[in-house]
Amino acid sequence: MNKEANNFLHQGANPRKRKRERADTRFRWYGLIALGLALSFLVFFFVDIIGQALPAFKQTEVLVSVNYTEEAKSNYNRAVEHKLTHIVSRAWLRTIPAYLEAHPEAVGTSHDEWVPADSRVDQYVKKHEGHGLKSKYQKEVDALQQEGKVRSSFNIAFFETGDSKMPENAGILAAAVGSVFTLLITMLVAVPIGVMTAIYLEEFATDNRFTRLIEVNINNLAAIPSILYGLLGLAIFISFMGVPRSSALAGGLTLALMTLPLIIIATRAALRAVPESIREAAYGLGASSLQTVWHHVLPLAMPGILTGSIIGLAQAMGETAPLIIVGMMAYIPEPPSSILEATTVLPAQVYTWSTESMHGYIERTAAGILVLLTVLLSLNAMAVRLRNRSEKTW
Amino acid sequence: MSTNLETKISIRDLKLWYGSYEALHGIDLDIYSGKVTAFIGPSGCGKSTFLRTLNRMNDRIQGCKVEGKILLEGNDIYAPQVDVVQLRTHVGMVFQKPNPFPKSIYENVAYAPRIHGMVQDGPEMDELVETALKKASIWNEVKDKLHQPGTALSGGQQQRLCIARTIAVQPDVILMDEPCSALDPIATAKIEELMDELKQEYTIVIVTHNMQQAARVSDYTAYFYLGDLIEFGETQQIFTAPSNKKTEDYITGRFG
Amino acid sequence: MSEHTIKRYEDELNLLKQKVIAMGGLVEKAVRRSMKSLLELDAKRARKVIERDSAINTLELQIDEMTRKILALRQPAAGDLRFIMTTIKIVTDLERTGDMAEAIAETMLQSEDHPLTHLASLQAMAEKAISQLKDALDCFARGDLHLALSIIQKDGAMDLMFKSLQRETLTYMMEDHREISTGLLAYSIGKNLERIGDHAVNIAEMVIYMVSSHDVRHLNHEAASKLLNLQTPTE
Repeated sequence: MNKEANNFLHQGANPRKRKRERADTRFRWYGLIALGLALSFLVFFFVDIIGQALPAFKQTEVLVSVNYTEEAKSNYNRAVEHKLTHIVSRAWLRTIPAYLEAHPEAVGTSHDEWVPADSRVDQYVKKHEGHGLKSKYQKEVDALQQEGKVRSSFNIAFFETGDSKMPENAGILAAAVGSVFTLLITMLVAVPIGVMTAIYLEEFATDNRFTRLIEVNINNLAAIPSILYGLLGLAIFISFMGVPRSSALAGGLTLALMTLPLIIIATRAALRAVPESIREAAYGLGASSLQTVWHHVLPLAMPGILTGSIIGLAQAMGETAPLIIVGMMAYIPEPPSSILEATTVLPAQVYTWSTESMHGYIERTAAGILVLLTVLLSLNAMAVRLRNRSEKTW
Repeated sequence: MSTNLETKISIRDLKLWYGSYEALHGIDLDIYSGKVTAFIGPSGCGKSTFLRTLNRMNDRIQGCKVEGKILLEGNDIYAPQVDVVQLRTHVGMVFQKPNPFPKSIYENVAYAPRIHGMVQDGPEMDELVETALKKASIWNEVKDKLHQPGTALSGGQQQRLCIARTIAVQPDVILMDEPCSALDPIATAKIEELMDELKQEYTIVIVTHNMQQAARVSDYTAYFYLGDLIEFGETQQIFTAPSNKKTEDYITGRFG
Repeated sequence: MSEHTIKRYEDELNLLKQKVIAMGGLVEKAVRRSMKSLLELDAKRARKVIERDSAINTLELQIDEMTRKILALRQPAAGDLRFIMTTIKIVTDLERTGDMAEAIAETMLQSEDHPLTHLASLQAMAEKAISQLKDALDCFARGDLHLALSIIQKDGAMDLMFKSLQRETLTYMMEDHREISTGLLAYSIGKNLERIGDHAVNIAEMVIYMVSSHDVRHLNHEAASKLLNLQTPTE
């Protein structure tokens, strides 16, 4: 070996040093490039989704004079000028008879009102390609715009209605309520069972072939394609136990099956992270197994358990495949009032909209994704916060 | 030889297996009341294992089987009707690494008396906590911050807090498993001084890797090697004139 | 005994032992030379003994330094501790014995004006003392319990020889007062030789402690051998 090249005091050019440094730099650059690629995909995704979704939160409205005549009770098209019946939302027009039933004193009056525009008009006003508005109506809309009778306002209806065959009236409320019901059931079933299972396996079970077998199975279950859980749910809950199809109960139980292994694994990891010395301290003072777990181990593992549970639930929330099998991919215009009613969930709703042909559904699909992402990201943020708080020393 | 020696724990032909591995091969030993008994020996000699049989901490280890008798004041602690929880209030334990609960100093000490229903929360408990902390010579350092976390104390203080926590249930015997191995010399000296005070009231058994520590703090020393009790005697005799050559080699550093 | 895990500690203990043995050798030589100078009226040799005493003193200081260091840094226990304790004690005995040799040499120089008498008795005593000293050093070097016990046993004979020298000198001095000065000189030399024997016994006792951990000081030979459970080989 060249002694001189090894001398760290060697002042002159050292070819091996240069080579090493160049390799280091190269390696750093590969990493940066990979990171940049990943980041640009993410940015592209968000920009695209947000760009498409934002218009959905705006709804075009037109100022029309509404005549609440007796006739409108039976033929709602008569409530507005004939040429405007294709401009205003049909979904809104359909509500007029019911409104008049409820408010008889309004019959015979006439007001100028801002009412939601038809989806095609909405798309035309938003200047989207493929708005599908016939050219004769386009002129009408242009005329209305010049008169200042067209405005854009916050689309509150998106959060207040369920699915609809008319895009301007389609909202996420039914799906959101369905998701909440489903997730509540998942949580109530999976978290207690998962945590108790983990506590038993970690703190009480003796290490033998049987428990090892269970352990391996739990770890494998976490890696099973989620659609299989749908089949399992269908077989057990719907066919065998007679839970109504498409209900939040069926979906929640199925998702609970899927989430259980995740919660068990996360809880076991959290329990294992509690130092043995804490258990020894408690046992050494004469605490029973139950007291040791309940007073010392569980409180210390709690942040980890919560983090794992939240991440498991977040995953359940974003899941569609198993829910297709238990019939939750359905057209649900009304939010469910019980866990036994047919319902759908957010990701299923997004999927349903994405398959619709009308242009108004495209932006609603994006908006649905945005809402779903927001909920999931806040759940994950909560998990991260809990994890950070749990990183205290003891 | 000092007179009036009262045997606190009497161990007769104690054998212990981990699965099929025999870790202790028939130990016979008397632990005297009000004395400090030190267990020394190289790593893996069974001294810690043996210590843990004295309050049945080994019960928690799967596949651990014990044979023979351990008589605490004449009662076999391995008899089937024995309540391990009660046993551990009589035979407390202090561990190698200071392990206060991540709770307040007060809660650390009050925990055991509370779960054993010894006193009710309130002034009685306050008094008990204060007494225990005083006996563990840590009261003056913590009296103004009883409700701060015990884990914020220094290593030596944590270990004395653990001793206070053990004392709080008023045990007869305190087992110490290398209580100073994680501490600096000053903190170690404080614990050693404390042990000297505590032996007025408690019987202390200590496992230590530090032979000088065994020499300093103990009245009796037992030397373990490969699961056998090689020699047991007064500390002064073990350290000046051990009768067994293996003990001699270990004590003088000729081991191995 | 097996080796120390710490090699340097082992080396230190060995070196210490060698130093003690070397010091013992010097002391033994000094005693021999001082007696030879006396018997052969060799003033030059006597002066040499006095000069060389400083070498013994230097060794004493060195050994003390080494024991201090080992005590402070190595914290010896059990056999090592007893060895160190023994060394500390033996060194003092050896140094005193060296002083005895010096005193004998000085007495010789003083006696140049008065020719010494009682030489036969002194020579016999000196031989005995030197053999005791030599045995003491041997038993230290070898850790020989039997030899150590025999030194304690033979000390009685030494005492008897001194007693008879005492009577002898006293008788001469009472008969003829001109004998007083030489008698006193002979007496003091005898006293020194007897002390040398005592120091040899001290060394033997410490060796017994070092080897067996039994303290036999201030016990007679029978009690000591009973304590050690040993039979002294009869000569």
